[in-house]
Amino acid sequence: MDSHIQPQGAAPGVDPRERHGARSYLIGLLYAVPLTVASFWAAKTSLVYPPAVPVLLAALAIAQMGVHVAFFLHISSAPDQTNNLLALAFGVFVTALIVFGSMMIMSHLNHNMMSMDELIKIQR
Amino acid sequence: MFGRLSWAAIPFDQPIVMGTGAVLGLVLLTVFLLVTRKGAWPYLWREWITSVDHKRIGVMYMILGLVMLVRGFSDAIMMRTQLALAAGHAQGYLPPEHYNQIFSAHGTIMIFFVAMPFVVGLMNFAVPLQLGVRDVAFPKLNSVSFWLTASGVLLVNLSLFVGEFARTGWLAYPPLSELAYSPGVGVDYYLWSLQLSGMGTLLAGINLTTTILKLRAPGMGYSRMPIFCWTALASNLLIVAAFPVLTATFAMLLLDRYCDFHFFTNELGGNPMMYINLIWIWGHPEVYILILPAFGVFSEVVATFSGKPLFGYRSMVLATMAICVLSFMVWLHHFFTMGAGADVNGFFGIMTMIIAVPTGVKIFNWMFTLYGGRIQYTVPIYWTIGFIVTFVIGGMTGVLMAIPPADFVLHNSLFLIAHFHNVAIGGVVFGAMAGYTYWFPKAFGFKLNERLGKAIFWCWFIGFYLAFMPLYALGLMGATRRMQHYPDTHWQPMMLVALAGAVVILLGIVLTAVQLAVSVRQRRIHHDRTGDPWNGRTLEWSMPSPPPAWNFTEMPNVERTDAYWHMKKLGTPRAPPGSFADMKLPRNSPIGVFLAFFTVILGFALIWRIDWLAGVGLVGAVAVVLREAWNTDLEVRVPGEEVAAFEHAHAAGLEGNRVASGGPA
Amino acid sequence: MSAAEQALSTGSGMPLALRGPAPVRVVAGFGFWLFLLSDIILFAALFATYSVLSGSTAGGPTAAELFDQKHVFLETMCLLASSVTCGFGSLAVQRADARPLYFWMGATFALGACFLRMESQEFAAMVAAGAGPSHSAFLSAFFTLVGTHGLHVSLGLAWLLIMLLQVKTLGFQPMVSRRFFSFGLFWHALDIVWIGVFTIVYLGAT
Repeated sequence: MDSHIQPQGAAPGVDPRERHGARSYLIGLLYAVPLTVASFWAAKTSLVYPPAVPVLLAALAIAQMGVHVAFFLHISSAPDQTNNLLALAFGVFVTALIVFGSMMIMSHLNHNMMSMDELIKIQR
Repeated sequence: MFGRLSWAAIPFDQPIVMGTGAVLGLVLLTVFLLVTRKGAWPYLWREWITSVDHKRIGVMYMILGLVMLVRGFSDAIMMRTQLALAAGHAQGYLPPEHYNQIFSAHGTIMIFFVAMPFVVGLMNFAVPLQLGVRDVAFPKLNSVSFWLTASGVLLVNLSLFVGEFARTGWLAYPPLSELAYSPGVGVDYYLWSLQLSGMGTLLAGINLTTTILKLRAPGMGYSRMPIFCWTALASNLLIVAAFPVLTATFAMLLLDRYCDFHFFTNELGGNPMMYINLIWIWGHPEVYILILPAFGVFSEVVATFSGKPLFGYRSMVLATMAICVLSFMVWLHHFFTMGAGADVNGFFGIMTMIIAVPTGVKIFNWMFTLYGGRIQYTVPIYWTIGFIVTFVIGGMTGVLMAIPPADFVLHNSLFLIAHFHNVAIGGVVFGAMAGYTYWFPKAFGFKLNERLGKAIFWCWFIGFYLAFMPLYALGLMGATRRMQHYPDTHWQPMMLVALAGAVVILLGIVLTAVQLAVSVRQRRIHHDRTGDPWNGRTLEWSMPSPPPAWNFTEMPNVERTDAYWHMKKLGTPRAPPGSFADMKLPRNSPIGVFLAFFTVILGFALIWRIDWLAGVGLVGAVAVVLREAWNTDLEVRVPGEEVAAFEHAHAAGLEGNRVASGGPA
Repeated sequence: MSAAEQALSTGSGMPLALRGPAPVRVVAGFGFWLFLLSDIILFAALFATYSVLSGSTAGGPTAAELFDQKHVFLETMCLLASSVTCGFGSLAVQRADARPLYFWMGATFALGACFLRMESQEFAAMVAAGAGPSHSAFLSAFFTLVGTHGLHVSLGLAWLLIMLLQVKTLGFQPMVSRRFFSFGLFWHALDIVWIGVFTIVYLGAT
């Protein structure tokens, strides 16, 4: 079990277990295509409760990103992938802070600092 | 043909600038002639300019920072003089358009071209030595990083003589920084020089993070790393995460200015508040990028000169990583007054107060390290104790302003100025000076003059308090930042005191230059024969001073924290290696300086809208990279005999030293 | 043998963190991974800006009016397929096998070029219809976010050509293989960013 763990960590994107090589990419494709089709369908369909559509899209996008990370980039929880995974986690954490933090802050700012025309518009 | 560039760009009508230019030109010419006369160009090219050795690059960063300190500080003296004069009806000697450029240049230079180079330089020099390895992960990239920073420096300095600088403050808020309100080249100089140096810094961040995580001596697990390496890791992680935001934000402002985009304009839906939001998402981590390595220096200094291990290693590490994460969650405290409302302000106010806690932990750990130790009152310890006192005051005023209602009164007042200079000088500058003094003998083989070192400390310490304590009072009285004159003459006495403080600091800076000259002259007296002038605890002190290009002839096997102290205890400080294998070192590379050359051309051309020249710069830069891609001659071999000769010479020196000092046979 | 060599040969008993410096392959790969994460944070800033400004249409065309979902679906499939072909190409690099490498990386290039062609057609059509980036904050944000991704794809294709040339002239040296693995990382990361783009920009418009 231990023999294919890389001595000082594995480089991301390189699959040490070469026997599974091609299979990994094909499985990834197999998951990614339906997830993509589902996303495009979710945006157009009337079968889903409309306010839930953004959440569904987000879930599908996150799932597909996970497929890419696991099957194309070969990042896992194996001990030789710890640095890679932690770095990814830090990156995701900062990305989430930037995107959601900015959206929250700017929505508050825009609401409080509305220009005169916008104020008039919402009062009409 | 030359875009917007014309002879009118040179400020012939500004005597101060022309005078400075003349003096600078003379100095450069003198240096050029001296170097040529000594025939030192091949040496400089081979040993420094094209060097990929982290020790050389670290020294070059420090030199860059020290030189730019002079320029940034002259801006400060000019501002202090102006404010000392311009009370009531008096207008001082600097018209507003010039004053605005001066405070913008002062902030930009001090943060980007003094503090960052100091901090990156210290980390570059010390981290590989402390980790027990040969060099950083990507030595050639290290050289590129340095030279990109130097490109930014060159462009910023060019702005003084060709054109103008930004008048927008050091962060260039829109809409003032948009084309409509800053149609000149000032903001473009600012943006392009920072994009270039920002790229250099990002690459350095990637380099050092990879080094710390992937290149350590055998046995050096994370819990056996010196604390300076932990703070360096946190700082570089922050660089990797924060600098892309700066790049993106500046790119958007550049698109607004060059291509008529509308991210931050007043019309067509632009939102200037988004710029402020984004720039501070970078800006807050930036201040932690600067302070964390300084904290690391103090940790090393305090342990070494108390003769005890650092108190609370584990809590120090936790506090460092906590600061790393938390620093991304407080940025709104820089714009409480922009109008996000009480809920948002409250959240960020609380987060800001929370982030003070791990720093408090660190202060206690340093004090507990000092307590009960046999303290040697060397210059680095002076800086450390000065830091503890000063930084705590600055930190407390920060926590005061973390309360949004208080900040509504104090935002953008001189109180704010006093606060951030308090932590920047008391923290970053004092840390840089401590690190400079501490590691100087390792870099050059002789110590700095101790008496002058203490004089420099007292100048900075006294000067700082004289210069900035009045500003706290003035801020509470209503004085704002970035003001060229003020109507209330009651403020003038305190402005005069502040000017006096600046003069005292100036004396400190002059003494730094004097100290360097004197120490070089006295280098045989203060010669570091053993490589361990301070009875240090970490691995860099196990090397000769200066270390050979290959650092460790044999990589040490690390068994615990404070590895070298442990080795000394066991009586095996430098076990002579059995055999001397050939050393393979990365070959020097000119791509750093060539890229700098072409990127300066590119930057200058973009600033002045000279399209064909921009093309030259871009094609040149790409050509340099492509040519390097095919370079397979990447290593140079140091023969085993040369390694052996070095080792034997050093061992003989150690033996001589031991005999001379009456050590045991 | 030296202490370092001893440490390296201890095998699976010693924890990874204690085994001394990692080999060049791992160091280079990790460094490039960090660079990619920094690039993703750059995109995060652009995504945040797009999210904030997507409603600021200044009376001009809106997202719903401008975007063609079928077109975007085709672009997405092109890029996804190119990721898979890139993966097969990476396997060929690992085996140092030139012919499959040229085939799969050639396919990657073709699919990537297809994606770029479709994207430039979309941009050109928008500009021609008076919906260029200088017409509103929303359009500035759109062109910058999607355009930056497209610029990365273009640079990636240029890099791929250079890498193929390197294999032809230098062979499968370790240096060349390492660069190919970095390219693979880059290409997959671009597809990950595209997932964000099509979800937030194009599907989010409806």
